[in-house]
Amino acid sequence: MADLFFHPGLVLVLGAFLLPFLKGNARSAAILGLPLLALYCLWRLPEGTLWSAHWLGYELAPLAVDKLSRLFATIFLLMALGGGLFALGQKSRLEIPAAFVYAGSAVGVTLAGDLVTVFVCWELMAVGSTLVLWAGGTSGAFAASRRYVAIHLLGGVLLFAGVAGHLLDTGDATFTRMAPDSVAHWLILIGFLINAGAPPLSAWLPDAYPEASWSGSVFLSAFTTKTAVYVLLRGFPGTEFLIWIGLFMIFYGIVYALLENDMRRILAYSIVNQVGFMVAGIGIGTEMALNGAAAHAFSHIVYKALLLMSAGAVLAATGRRKCSELGGLFHSMPVTTICGSIGALAISSFPLTSGFISKSMVTQAAIDGQLLWVWLALAAASAGVFLHAGIKFPWFVFFQKDSGLRPADPPASMRWAMIAFSFICIALGVWPEPLYALLPYAVDYVPYTGAHVLTQLQLLLFSGLAFFVMLPWLKRTLTITLDVDWVYRVALAGLCRAGGRLLRGLGDGLRQALREVGSAVGSDIERQRRPGGLLLRSRPTGAMALWTMLMLLAYLLFYYLH
Amino acid sequence: MDKETLRSHWLDRPENVKTLWRGFLAVLALTVIAEPFVHLHPHFAVEALFGFHAWYGFAACAAMIVGAKALGLLLKRPDSYYGKAEDEHG
Repeated sequence: MADLFFHPGLVLVLGAFLLPFLKGNARSAAILGLPLLALYCLWRLPEGTLWSAHWLGYELAPLAVDKLSRLFATIFLLMALGGGLFALGQKSRLEIPAAFVYAGSAVGVTLAGDLVTVFVCWELMAVGSTLVLWAGGTSGAFAASRRYVAIHLLGGVLLFAGVAGHLLDTGDATFTRMAPDSVAHWLILIGFLINAGAPPLSAWLPDAYPEASWSGSVFLSAFTTKTAVYVLLRGFPGTEFLIWIGLFMIFYGIVYALLENDMRRILAYSIVNQVGFMVAGIGIGTEMALNGAAAHAFSHIVYKALLLMSAGAVLAATGRRKCSELGGLFHSMPVTTICGSIGALAISSFPLTSGFISKSMVTQAAIDGQLLWVWLALAAASAGVFLHAGIKFPWFVFFQKDSGLRPADPPASMRWAMIAFSFICIALGVWPEPLYALLPYAVDYVPYTGAHVLTQLQLLLFSGLAFFVMLPWLKRTLTITLDVDWVYRVALAGLCRAGGRLLRGLGDGLRQALREVGSAVGSDIERQRRPGGLLLRSRPTGAMALWTMLMLLAYLLFYYLH
Repeated sequence: MDKETLRSHWLDRPENVKTLWRGFLAVLALTVIAEPFVHLHPHFAVEALFGFHAWYGFAACAAMIVGAKALGLLLKRPDSYYGKAEDEHG
């Protein structure tokens, strides 16, 4: 190949293997330099299929670029950069290399022109993200990582079966638009949806992400679900039932986050909620909706990472993660409080923040399609986002009653990562044109109209009023809320234990019976071997001679008869 | 840390919190009063109702809180339910 391009994902993945050999400033420089180098490589790539290969008679395109893939690869690399900066002080030597493998393979998915490459990168992401979880180092993180990897391997198996079926059906590996019209395509769609955190298996996300280290959950929040959004955008735009899946995710996220006490689990549920907006947009499927889903993925990655950074800073400083034990931290952590609040405003789509200019495109698409019920649900959900993430998170962590904790703001690297991401949240909200220019379709949308700003303010501020009026109802309790993971953590585990007990019981019974029969036979034999028993009885010689003669006669008789 | 330093921030004083509340309510009222002065272009009939986004936002949130509470009655468990009261402090 004369036109040899560096694959931006490979830069990160290969660079990750370099990191363990570096120390001190060289390591820090590499952590910040690798994503920058990858960004440079990405933006030098022209559009089109750049690498092609043959494999088992199929045409593969491991490196292919268009506007959509460049948009997602860009935000993934920005995220690797910001997350790397935030995690510079992380003691675990495993976490950042694992996160770079994870981010690099996510970039690999976005730059894959064929389904085989998508699958390979998909599985590499599962490995990278599981290692990020392991780097958390606690027994809780390890247990969660086992459940996490089980669900993702299940998703991977379904995806693999789907891709294999698609190859057999069509003979073409190209990753293009599909419709859920065959078993193979359904399997691919289900594989994608599992990673998106769609029902019924969404519980893997809030189960696993909050168990990572203070910096690990920042990385985890970005790649898996948004890669799923990307592949859904490319593979299944306009698949109507995705609207309903998305709406379910939106309200599931809100309700569970309202009940939750762990600050990072609140944010994990709100990932499902936000991805729900994107999935619903993909289901609507118009150019406006798809642009909205893509733009929302971009701004979501930034403000969600920012929110998890502020939560990570609190966790690193206090060692506490429950809202019921936090509060009043604004006294001594002003930077974290302000940055966390900016993230909270952005996720709530307040005017002048990134959420306002991206989420509203999905809502606009519902209006354009005259989908009244979808629009009503999206409007209610927008109010609900402010409720569960926009106010609840900063209120219980930084304000509310004073916990008496006075931790200091985190070290410079963490502060600067938060400040940089806060800046992006506001910059995108004030000046959305550069993001709009990156979207896959031409943007014909003006976010800042008097009507839009006013109605959004009404929606959000009255949602805030509801929060404070009903605050006693939202009092934090030391509880968790059961989710579908109960089925495999308790019910199936119990069933397995009961099944094991039953089998053991049956086995014991069988062994007991055999032992009884055996010992009965044994003691019988023993009895016959005693003097006078059947086996040790002495017989007279005459009797033996008689028996021998009878045998010989019988032989003779049979010989003649024959 | 003594009580005086703990309560030194202006946000800690009840009278300031009261002022904040008044300001918040004033802004709420403003967003509704401003409606006739802004060219709203309702897309659905229901949206044309006065102050739709205000009361819809409030009602939707109240409904979600009540809904969550009801679900909580059914599905809430102590946070040591899965046998890991892993608290990372201490």
